[in-house]
Amino acid sequence: MKAAKKIDYYSFLEKITPLIAVIFALLVGAIVIVIIGEDPIYVYKILFSNAISNRDGWGNVLFRATPLIFTGLAVAFAFRCGLFNIGGEGQVYIGAFLSTWVGFTFTSLPAFILIPLCILAAAAGGALWAAVPGILKAKKGVHEVIVTIMMNWIAASLTFFLVLKYKAPETETMIAAGVKQMIPHTKEIAQAARLPRLYDLFKSINIDFPSYNQVNVSFFIAIGVAILAYYILWKTNLGYEIRAVGYNPLAAEYGGISVAKNIVLAMVISGAFAGLVGTNEVMGFKYRWRQELFTGLGFNGIAVALLGKNHPLGVVLAAILFGILNYGGAIVNIFTEGRIPRELIMVLQAVIVIFVVISDEIVKRLIVKRRKLT
Amino acid sequence: MFGSIFNADFIASSIRIAIPLALAGLGGVFSERSGVINIGLEGIMLTGAFTSIAVTNFIQNPWLGILAAIIIGIFLGLIHGITCITFKANQIVSGVAINLFASGITVFFSWLLFNETQIMAKISLPIWGLSIPNLGEGSSFLRSIIIIFAHHSPLVYLTIIIFILSHLIIFRTPFGLRLRSVGEYPQAADTMGVNVIKIRYIAVMTSGALAGLAGSFLSLEQAHFFVKEISGGRGFIALAAMIFGKWTPFGTAGAALLFGFGEALAIRLQSVTAVPVQFINMVPYLLAIFVLVSAIGRAIPPAADGIPYEKEVG
Amino acid sequence: MPEITLEMKDITKRFPLVVANDKVNFAVYQGEIHALVGENGAGKTTLMSILYGLYQADSGQIFIKGKKVNIANPKVAINLKIGMVHQHFMLVPPLSVTENIILGMEPIKNNIFIDLERATNKVKEISESIGFKIDPHAKIENISVGIQQRVEIIKILYRGAEILIMDEPTAVLTPQEVEELFEILRSLIKQGKTIIFITHKLNEVKAVSDRITVMRRGKVVGVKNTKDTNQEEIASMMVGRKVLLEVDKKEHNFGKTVLKVDKLNALNNKKLPALKEISFEVREGEILGFAGVEGNGQTELVEVISGLRLAAGGKIKLYDKDITNYSPRDIREQKIAHIPEDRRQRGFISNYSVAENLILGSNYRPPFNKGLTLNFSAINNHAAKLIKDFDIRPSDRNNLLKSLSGGNQQKVIVARELFGEPRLLIAAQPTRGLDVGSTEFVHQQILNERDKGKAILLVSADLEEILSLSDLIAVIYEGEIVAILDPKKTNEKELGLLMTGSVRNNKFPKKK
Repeated sequence: MKAAKKIDYYSFLEKITPLIAVIFALLVGAIVIVIIGEDPIYVYKILFSNAISNRDGWGNVLFRATPLIFTGLAVAFAFRCGLFNIGGEGQVYIGAFLSTWVGFTFTSLPAFILIPLCILAAAAGGALWAAVPGILKAKKGVHEVIVTIMMNWIAASLTFFLVLKYKAPETETMIAAGVKQMIPHTKEIAQAARLPRLYDLFKSINIDFPSYNQVNVSFFIAIGVAILAYYILWKTNLGYEIRAVGYNPLAAEYGGISVAKNIVLAMVISGAFAGLVGTNEVMGFKYRWRQELFTGLGFNGIAVALLGKNHPLGVVLAAILFGILNYGGAIVNIFTEGRIPRELIMVLQAVIVIFVVISDEIVKRLIVKRRKLT
Repeated sequence: MFGSIFNADFIASSIRIAIPLALAGLGGVFSERSGVINIGLEGIMLTGAFTSIAVTNFIQNPWLGILAAIIIGIFLGLIHGITCITFKANQIVSGVAINLFASGITVFFSWLLFNETQIMAKISLPIWGLSIPNLGEGSSFLRSIIIIFAHHSPLVYLTIIIFILSHLIIFRTPFGLRLRSVGEYPQAADTMGVNVIKIRYIAVMTSGALAGLAGSFLSLEQAHFFVKEISGGRGFIALAAMIFGKWTPFGTAGAALLFGFGEALAIRLQSVTAVPVQFINMVPYLLAIFVLVSAIGRAIPPAADGIPYEKEVG
Repeated sequence: MPEITLEMKDITKRFPLVVANDKVNFAVYQGEIHALVGENGAGKTTLMSILYGLYQADSGQIFIKGKKVNIANPKVAINLKIGMVHQHFMLVPPLSVTENIILGMEPIKNNIFIDLERATNKVKEISESIGFKIDPHAKIENISVGIQQRVEIIKILYRGAEILIMDEPTAVLTPQEVEELFEILRSLIKQGKTIIFITHKLNEVKAVSDRITVMRRGKVVGVKNTKDTNQEEIASMMVGRKVLLEVDKKEHNFGKTVLKVDKLNALNNKKLPALKEISFEVREGEILGFAGVEGNGQTELVEVISGLRLAAGGKIKLYDKDITNYSPRDIREQKIAHIPEDRRQRGFISNYSVAENLILGSNYRPPFNKGLTLNFSAINNHAAKLIKDFDIRPSDRNNLLKSLSGGNQQKVIVARELFGEPRLLIAAQPTRGLDVGSTEFVHQQILNERDKGKAILLVSADLEEILSLSDLIAVIYEGEIVAILDPKKTNEKELGLLMTGSVRNNKFPKKK
């Protein structure tokens, strides 16, 4: 009875390892801040208080968390099938681009058709891009890690080419005026393809919310996708098979489960999740495709998934934490007049990942040790 | 048209493109031969690229810049070792973390130290070897030979020496035998009194040193500047070269040269065809995927590659 | 009174789930062959791993020639002249014989490089001193298991071992190879070595050892002089009760042909022929036992029939229906059940619960999969029933499979596979690594299926199991059936000769 209780205590500890990792990472960050010559308490105070003390802060946090929920779910879902989809970056580019293309091409469609169509296109683009490494893994046994990374760079080049092909009309006039445009972007999507902002929704029910805040309906799509991911993984036969392949492909094959089919399916679903980033960045925010909108989202999704223990609920929470760090980091950068670069947040995120994997192992060892003694 | 593409300059530039891939790929050989997958090579290269330029510009000595890149590479290799050898973390995850860390830390410091994300190299290494004769004097054959073999950065010659030494170390010395056995069957090596943990640490730190060196070549010798994400996936292409080269030093060097040819060719073709530059830029990445697909069934990784060593079971 | 060369006192070693050694005392005389016997899981290997420095004891002391030693790692053991031949050979497959032998103690030339010539000569010298020849340049992956074991022995002699630990050395050998091994052991004793011989095969204990230490559940239950005891006594000490070494099998008539395999060809993982035009039949109520040295095509045969490997030629028929190269799922649809040879690798998903594992294979169809979701009440009821029927312990269906003992894991597999009245049962190494109780249970289940009129294809490396269960024995050698025998009219010795290709049964001449 007593032993069982102790093991429970440790399995609780195992569940909260991400929290321990975050605290450790913040300590490392504090050391870096001290080395730069700033006051860590002051910096962290700015970082967190601005992010969570008011509605605008929360809105900004959720806006930044939304794409990370998508890419985090993408990584987590593939991971459940034993796959490392580190190609979220490329899947985001292609999904968002396809969505944009639909948005500025079928401009005559009404919103109730165009919006679902754009969402579908975002998912389809990501799915398509992830299908390539999925098929190569399933049919040829090529490890997905290198292929997904290569697909990222190919996607970057391909979308760059396409952006120039569908570049915004004002680019021409700017060039004519002798202004060299540094960051090319596409035409805008139709009004009917745009997702309402939360401000619009809150206004209709008379809740006060800053009109300039960018958080939009895509956040709810992200939450919906998280629920969908949970449902697929733990409530359906598909999820049973995907997880079986992830845990033990040989046993799955023996049990009549097609390993190849489930690998491709898991990659396609994972890619679709990543592609949906387009709903937030394009349909809800910039209304056009521009590469800098997406940079780093795929990779941060890996950190989010790890921190969230590859569970949809964990992913949502981790994405919100990263939303706080990202937004707070930007604020800190402004408050310290650039003395603390935003990239501090990237370093923090990497340190979190390292500590998550290490603290998992430490807790595991503690459990083993404890069991031995009882 | 062909004559204008396949000349001595073309081969020399292929070699230059191949050097960082070959060095990082060799790092992969050491690491994976010992049983540790190191996809952090990408990030280590990036950090090496930044460090070498930063140190060179500060103390005006490119040799010390390169040394600093190697030291930072060893340090990152050590971190990878601590997470996946001592703490038995997932090796891919640890590698991804190192890549994330490198992306952040390089830009972080380039803002902090230089206030910009693109840093020009103030000095680079001298060219060693014979000077290239003018077209008038000497035969064009002799000129070609000099361009291909005897007119390079010292790092090119150093790379060749490193490869020969690595081959001898891996296949002829006790350390090499232990390295190979640790990557194939660590339990067997352990029962024979071989310190599996120690060998793996040495291998991973060596891979870090080589990737750091590769990064310094990339920024200091090839581009003459540092810009964020300058490694551009080369750490992963290097892994593809390692796989295609069947985890051997010379095989990896050959595969890296193949990538060098491919990229150099794409660059040349750009000037004579109407293919948009974006498609030319895809060539190395497409080539890597193609190479991986064709290596399947032919190239078998060390049996314990990617598996943490567990001594006590149960 | 002979001199005690090794003594282990009050050794205790705990693992997370079990106490593997509980105050064990163990002593060995100089120059003897000492058998350490006990069931699987009795703690023999753990004790020897502590002696060899692979594990550290939680408490207790070790004395070599009366001197207290602290064996922190294998290197210390090697320096104390202790050598161990592990049950799973510790050889690196892609490396050569010589490279494996010198690993960790390489002779050096020019201060840097391995002196391969000196190493090769030394290997030749040692192997000839114990009476056999070996190719020092052959790669381990290309030589037979019997030769690999010799490499292991040379490896520890190369390190100057005086005390040799042999962990279940005969498990992988044919009866003839076992004889040869015993010869080698005797010649080692003549050279003044001491041997600790771990086994659970009692006839071998009788044949080769001087003294016996018996272990049960982590404790030493007795030490005997071999000449003063008999197999029955040792057996009852091992399991703590009298054991029936015979199985009770009813005579009956066989029914229709269930499985018909006709000129089946298949390739192994290296793309070399593993099955060469193999043909046989299994009838209702019949157990066909496949005897053979491992690696002669048994694995591939089972995999091809269960759909896990493609046939390269030939036909497989189930009641006249051609099922060649059906997918594993389609094979299962035909009611073919399969107890896989490597249960940890294939048999279950260790991170899935008992309930989840019990539906593996039928997860996709009703009642378990209904519409869009899995039907958890059906899954749980199914689990409750099978846990009760097969006495799976602990009985909580939510336990992960990895937390169960080997015997209970195998019960989960057997329960799952026998559910739904299979027409053909393929049982590959069904009792490997199980304790006596679980072995009896599995044997009983297989015989029950036979008596219900099911066809059973049994593959086992355990000749005793083959002889006691089978109605007919097929001997497989290099991918061919070299003999089909009546178990009542044959014995281990004959099987051994056939298994190694030394003799071919005239009734089954080699096909052209």
